[in-house]
Amino acid sequence: MSKSGWFWVAIGLLYFLLPLAATAEFSLKDGDSYSFAAYREILDDPQFRDTFFLSLKLAAVTIFVALLLFVPTVYWVHLRLPHLRPLVQFLCALPFVVPPIVLIVGILYVYNYKWVPANYLGSPYYLIPGYVVLGFPFMFFALDNAFRAIDVHTLTEASQSLGAGWTRTLLRVILPNISAGAFAGAFLTFALVMGEFTMASLALFSTFPTYINYIGQTKANPAAALTIISFGITWLALLGILLVGRRPGRTAVQVGGTH
Amino acid sequence: MPFLAWAVAFLLVPAGALLIGAFRTQDGEYTTQFIRDIFKGSSLDAYVKSIEISLITAVLGGALGFLIAYAALSPGAPRLLRPAFLTFCGVAANFGGVPLAFAFISTLGTVGMATRALDSIGLNPYDHGFTLFGFWGLVVTYLYFQIPLMIIIIAPAIDGLKAEWREAASNLGASATQYWRYVGVPVLLPSILGSMVLLFGGSFAAYATAYALTSGHIGLVPLKIGELINGNVLSDPHQAYALAFGMVIVIAVAMSIYFVLDRRASRWRRSVQ
Repeated sequence: MSKSGWFWVAIGLLYFLLPLAATAEFSLKDGDSYSFAAYREILDDPQFRDTFFLSLKLAAVTIFVALLLFVPTVYWVHLRLPHLRPLVQFLCALPFVVPPIVLIVGILYVYNYKWVPANYLGSPYYLIPGYVVLGFPFMFFALDNAFRAIDVHTLTEASQSLGAGWTRTLLRVILPNISAGAFAGAFLTFALVMGEFTMASLALFSTFPTYINYIGQTKANPAAALTIISFGITWLALLGILLVGRRPGRTAVQVGGTH
Repeated sequence: MPFLAWAVAFLLVPAGALLIGAFRTQDGEYTTQFIRDIFKGSSLDAYVKSIEISLITAVLGGALGFLIAYAALSPGAPRLLRPAFLTFCGVAANFGGVPLAFAFISTLGTVGMATRALDSIGLNPYDHGFTLFGFWGLVVTYLYFQIPLMIIIIAPAIDGLKAEWREAASNLGASATQYWRYVGVPVLLPSILGSMVLLFGGSFAAYATAYALTSGHIGLVPLKIGELINGNVLSDPHQAYALAFGMVIVIAVAMSIYFVLDRRASRWRRSVQ
């Protein structure tokens, strides 16, 4: 690499590490010395635990629903309905055109008190349908890549000629072969839900990201600690993708989401 | 297919309802008032500001991202660097919203680390008209996810740049400048512009970062929509639907440009494989 090449990489590194270093320093600051007081304060806050576990639950349900929707769909598109691919692909790219702020305004407009049961309207699981839609691109492109890498027809025929039905074929033959893609989609969706602020905030639910915002209004050092924790979550999710064997360079375009 | 049902119920119907809602009043009558209001006063200002900030961060982020990506991924760069580098970009590109705003407050806020460092050498940015909580502060913050996003999107195009082309050019006596003028830039330009359009869309749609950084006061379109929906009780939600409709139009136009550019870019991609 040339000298100017190293220069640009060094500038990039500095720009990306400095805010993290500054936040880490700030989160450890305790008067004139350093301590983990801010982290302890966060971990002892029952609201932290409530919102954090709520976001974990929302992420789990979102991933489950998305896998349930997409594994059979992408399988079917590869096996029998290749002519539907443009339609599916279009719908999965649509969340790039309809940003989270627009999506939640639309959902709140359509699914309102007039005909949605009040207990669902007041439950944070109200966010799930929107989260699944936001995750469309991640789930679809991750699974689509995984399906491209296997021979769907041969695997299906082999499985069926040995007497397996559709469910058995899907769960025992296809799923293990595309698990890397499923995990990649799941990890991206996880990062998405753990950081999603816009929809939760507009629908007035207290999730982990809105809690971070709330703490930011009131306590500076714990907010920095939460920022580090949140960054750690993003790291874990992306590292997870790397570990299950998918090259990050091929990650589907990641626009929108949590910004 | 359950997938299609889900997409219709939770994507097409809400988006379509907004489209209709933008042309209706609270009482259900049809009107173009809200759409016309977009082109007036604070709504127009919000669109201009949103488009400005998205253009600036797309062009700056795109240019810087390309330079860094080219430096780190071109054939001469160490191969070991690559996976770590791309993973790091993936993390940074996905690190957004409220935590990103706080990270920059710790860095470039009035008592942030970088502010203090600059102050100690007599260059406090706040004495020179800069504030993190205004337009340029937002630009600097958005670049934190725009640059790595550019690197991720442009990486395949850089990989497609064949070493042979460079060798052929230099064998024919071309200088580095000539190589870039006649080979490198024409091949990469559609990809670079296309990627910048995607960055534009990402930053135009962003809500959380700007909200947390400016407490919602900077007057971008998404923040204005948020304010209309759950800020002021007296405000008309249909005004928000019209603004949202306008956002979809802007992004749809950007995406059409992207598809045209991407088609041009794919000519080279195909010949490469």
